[in-house]
Amino acid sequence: MSTDTQASGARAGFDLDRPWQLHPQVSVRPERFGALLYHFGTRRLSFLKSPALLTVVSSLGDAPSAREACQSAGVAEAELPAYAAALATLAGSQMICARVSS
Amino acid sequence: MTPPLVTLPLVEQFQYGLDAPICLTWELTYACNLSCVHCLSSSGRRDPRELTTAECRAVIDELQRMQVFYVNIGGGEPTVRPDFWELVDYATAHHVGVKFSTNGVKIDPAAARRLAGSDYIDVQISLDGATAEVNDAVRGPGSYATALRAMRHLAEAGFRGFKISVVVTRQNVSQLDDFKAIADRFGAQLRLTRLRPSGRGADVWDELHPTAGQQRQLYDWLVAHGEQVLTGDSFFHLAAYGEALPGLNLCGAGRVVCLIDPVGDVYACPFAIHDSFLAGNVRGPGGFAAVWRESELFADLRRPQTGGACHSCSAYDSCRGGCMAAKFFTGLPLNGPDPECVKGHGERALSTVASTSAPRPSGDHSHRSRPVPVSIGARPPAGHGLRPDRACDENPLASFSPGPGG
Repeated sequence: MSTDTQASGARAGFDLDRPWQLHPQVSVRPERFGALLYHFGTRRLSFLKSPALLTVVSSLGDAPSAREACQSAGVAEAELPAYAAALATLAGSQMICARVSS
Repeated sequence: MTPPLVTLPLVEQFQYGLDAPICLTWELTYACNLSCVHCLSSSGRRDPRELTTAECRAVIDELQRMQVFYVNIGGGEPTVRPDFWELVDYATAHHVGVKFSTNGVKIDPAAARRLAGSDYIDVQISLDGATAEVNDAVRGPGSYATALRAMRHLAEAGFRGFKISVVVTRQNVSQLDDFKAIADRFGAQLRLTRLRPSGRGADVWDELHPTAGQQRQLYDWLVAHGEQVLTGDSFFHLAAYGEALPGLNLCGAGRVVCLIDPVGDVYACPFAIHDSFLAGNVRGPGGFAAVWRESELFADLRRPQTGGACHSCSAYDSCRGGCMAAKFFTGLPLNGPDPECVKGHGERALSTVASTSAPRPSGDHSHRSRPVPVSIGARPPAGHGLRPDRACDENPLASFSPGPGG
């Protein structure tokens, strides 16, 4: 019954100013604490710890940059580093990926 | 202004249960070509009441609506159901991922190619010995050759990273390096799980479960191999040795996982097929969702737990008293130590339990040609009304990496 998921990659720097998107093989399930994410390719489970982060992640694909997705979701400037770190972790585990053309 | 990204730890979030399981185990049939001595579900013969194809599709529809990410399909041997592939295709077409466990009997080259072609299917081949001698003593004559043939077909079809699933026993614990070598040879990944005294496993647990010394050996091996080897968080009771093993160590039974058996009965976990852990049936009004959301048993499992007799132990924060099913089927009280407690409390507790007092599994579908003694199940002793902190040792979040925001 296990997900047998594996650890995600290291938290690298995250480029807030480029376009990103949810990985096409990732399924998102909203939860009261935020959301659960499951990647069908890597068979990894991850989760979003707040509804605001869910809003950011859900809007990545339509925003010109991650920074703008955060701003549209009402993320304050002081909170941006925490969101960038969260997004870096998601990128490290391939939950989100860089969008090549917008 | 958004709220800061600091909330309850994930364990806290999950211990009160989710509106839908993250994943669940679904045993499609009790029919099996083998008669493994430790079978969790006492499988062998098909049950005439098993869910029909249409009923299985309806369950999948429900899982899709509930956004259950995937199902772990097992049995019995699930591939012997004539509609097995149809159901797998139906599930993946409805965005319910499939992982299935098989002894390999139906994994011919064509099946292997079909599996290799899908991103939404994962396969676990069961193997309980790195040599035919050790494996076949548990799984039956010819079963080693069948499993190895299936692995060869999967590798030749280009299926990378399928799982080789091993139940660790007293007889095979010395073969861990050999299992790893087999996995490496086929480009597969090794997965080790704990022997449970469930189903027919109750009859052989005394002879098959690792000794205290072997448990230490296993722990050291797991620590040395880290995340290369999957465990389904099976061995969190070993965390009491010191270093925590990868995983979240939350029992998911009735909280984030459960079991649907071949006749549609819903149990808290796959190791607890007993009336005491039966939450309902998918054929009932409201289907599976109603069982998951409204069952009294599951509501009970989602309440905060206390450690009972274990609470004062220094290792309690690591092992949380171990596995509910392991205690239940060895006749131990659920609020006491796991039978394989590394501090030796389980062994001492077991020495005070009469061998006849352990509850028997509720059902038996064993082949009649290989009779397994079954007595009428006695009601569990009074102590079984108490709940442990963790009802199941197969963590749905094994090696889960706590997500963004810490």
